[in-house]
Amino acid sequence: MPRSYLEFERPIAELTSKIEELSGMGKDAGMNIAEEVEKLTAKRDILIRETYKNADRWQLTQLARHPDRPYFLDYVGAMFDDFQELHGDRAFGDDGAIVGGTARFREQPVVIVGHQKGRDTKEKIRRNFGMPRPEGYRKALRLFQLAERFGLPVLTFIDTAGAWPGLDAEERGQSEAIARNLMELSSLKVPVICTVIGEGGSGGALAIGVGDRLFMQQFTTYSVISPEGCAAILWHDRSFAQQAAEALKLSAKDLEGFGLLDGIIPEPEGGAHEDLEGAASLMGDVLEKALKELLTEPLSKLLDSRYKRLRAMGVFTEA
Amino acid sequence: MNWITRLIESPKSILGGAGKNTPEGLWIKCPDCSVAIYTKEMERSLMVCPKCGHHHRISAELRAASLFDAGTFEVMDAGLRSQDPLEFRDKKKYRDRIRDADKKAGSEDAVHNYLGDIGGHTVSASLFEFSYMGGSMGSVVGEKIVRGMERSLERGCPYLLVAASGGARMQEGILSLMQMAKTSAAAKKLQQAGLPFICLLTHPTMGGVSASMAWLGDVVLAEPGALIGFAGPRVIRETVNQELPKGFQSAEFLVEHGLIDDVVDRRELPAYLKNTLDKLTERPYRQVG
Repeated sequence: MPRSYLEFERPIAELTSKIEELSGMGKDAGMNIAEEVEKLTAKRDILIRETYKNADRWQLTQLARHPDRPYFLDYVGAMFDDFQELHGDRAFGDDGAIVGGTARFREQPVVIVGHQKGRDTKEKIRRNFGMPRPEGYRKALRLFQLAERFGLPVLTFIDTAGAWPGLDAEERGQSEAIARNLMELSSLKVPVICTVIGEGGSGGALAIGVGDRLFMQQFTTYSVISPEGCAAILWHDRSFAQQAAEALKLSAKDLEGFGLLDGIIPEPEGGAHEDLEGAASLMGDVLEKALKELLTEPLSKLLDSRYKRLRAMGVFTEA
Repeated sequence: MNWITRLIESPKSILGGAGKNTPEGLWIKCPDCSVAIYTKEMERSLMVCPKCGHHHRISAELRAASLFDAGTFEVMDAGLRSQDPLEFRDKKKYRDRIRDADKKAGSEDAVHNYLGDIGGHTVSASLFEFSYMGGSMGSVVGEKIVRGMERSLERGCPYLLVAASGGARMQEGILSLMQMAKTSAAAKKLQQAGLPFICLLTHPTMGGVSASMAWLGDVVLAEPGALIGFAGPRVIRETVNQELPKGFQSAEFLVEHGLIDDVVDRRELPAYLKNTLDKLTERPYRQVG
């Protein structure tokens, strides 16, 4: 499939097609073509570096939602072995927007849970655009508790615009499902490492995002509400999403500044969508290190530190 | 999803309700039965319409006075103040919004903490004040709730939460989202300590507040007619592109769907809570050791 380009990536797209065009001219065009291609490729690399380095919060929002960005199952393939998907919440159904199961991570057995978006229309619908219903969160909880019973560390991967705001979700207790996960994750008796791999959208993200470590990939966002939603409410106009993205301070750097992150996971040149294997390897190294640290912590200390992290969140003064 | 969503949804029910203690004017017209009620009479019946039973908004102060045994309660944690860590600005600066809210609804932010007796039981309580920025949950709200819960843990007493909130406070961004995790983690401590945690959801309880500690009580109650849910009606309507059934997300709807324990009339709440707490604290079966 041809790669998709965002509006601000257009100069890169133009240069890329020029390079392809020149390369396509083949041998008969002679030596100086090859030289030109090399020159343009070097220019393209610099352009990519500059474009992404200086991405503003609105551009980061778009990058986090990039149609070519690797989704959870892409990383499952690239980062884990022996994955066995475990389906359903044992009560209502199997939510395609959250996938989970057991796997091996660099030989270590773990439980993994992540939001899953769809690539084509059919898959998008099956995954409900990565927006879980209560049964998705309840499936996640079931897997967290399975992990606890068998002493398996939990790795979660966040990539959702938010929990599904539909009639069916409300009828089945969307709020309760999210709330319960927050509570149970806060005291789950195994290490929990959470990583934002795309969009960190509000409570729907947090419901699988409470743990001992929180990482964000370089070009991801995490926020209390989408920029569009925020714009609709505070500006009464969704077209102010760009301003809202700036105001919400939703970048990995922002969260690091608030002291909420344990690290920003670098992405390959041009973003994770340029190089899945590279992105998976960079992420794997960070997760492996964190996991090693956590596995040696006694349970009481693990839970105590987790609670202290949560307890300390917030900024206020006291008279 | 948010209080302002509700504001767009039905500005009259939010702006027209009882503000702080005494609504302006001598008479209140009940939006439900249209009967004009003398304000003093309305306050005597705890802002519940004596004619039709419609539950109007009630301030945290008035509710506290009605809830606790006379002369037994005091205000706690009153000194906490919001900051502006994001230096948030939309059409208005967050700092200005705080200043205006302080003037309008008092400087205790959107939750008031109390310690007092209900039916002879000492209870630590956090009561949302909706007139303060739509009861939205920022860092101060989260901290006050956790302190309220910690007070229960210290004293070994029950904890009561009375919710009324549009959800997370957008102006505090990701920090407001994290209050959901913080308060839910503290709720787990109550559970582990075996201390009763009662939630009363009042009109409206939405978004980040409903999807965290407000739904984590051992007993979850709601006031008649209260709108309670995760996403606001407007957002849902836009998502599914269809009209919502009558009474959708009402307290009564939630009982019917098995999502809360019961609907309780405000005027009967103290007696109801006494009854509950009497039973939950008696412990006829005490394991030895």
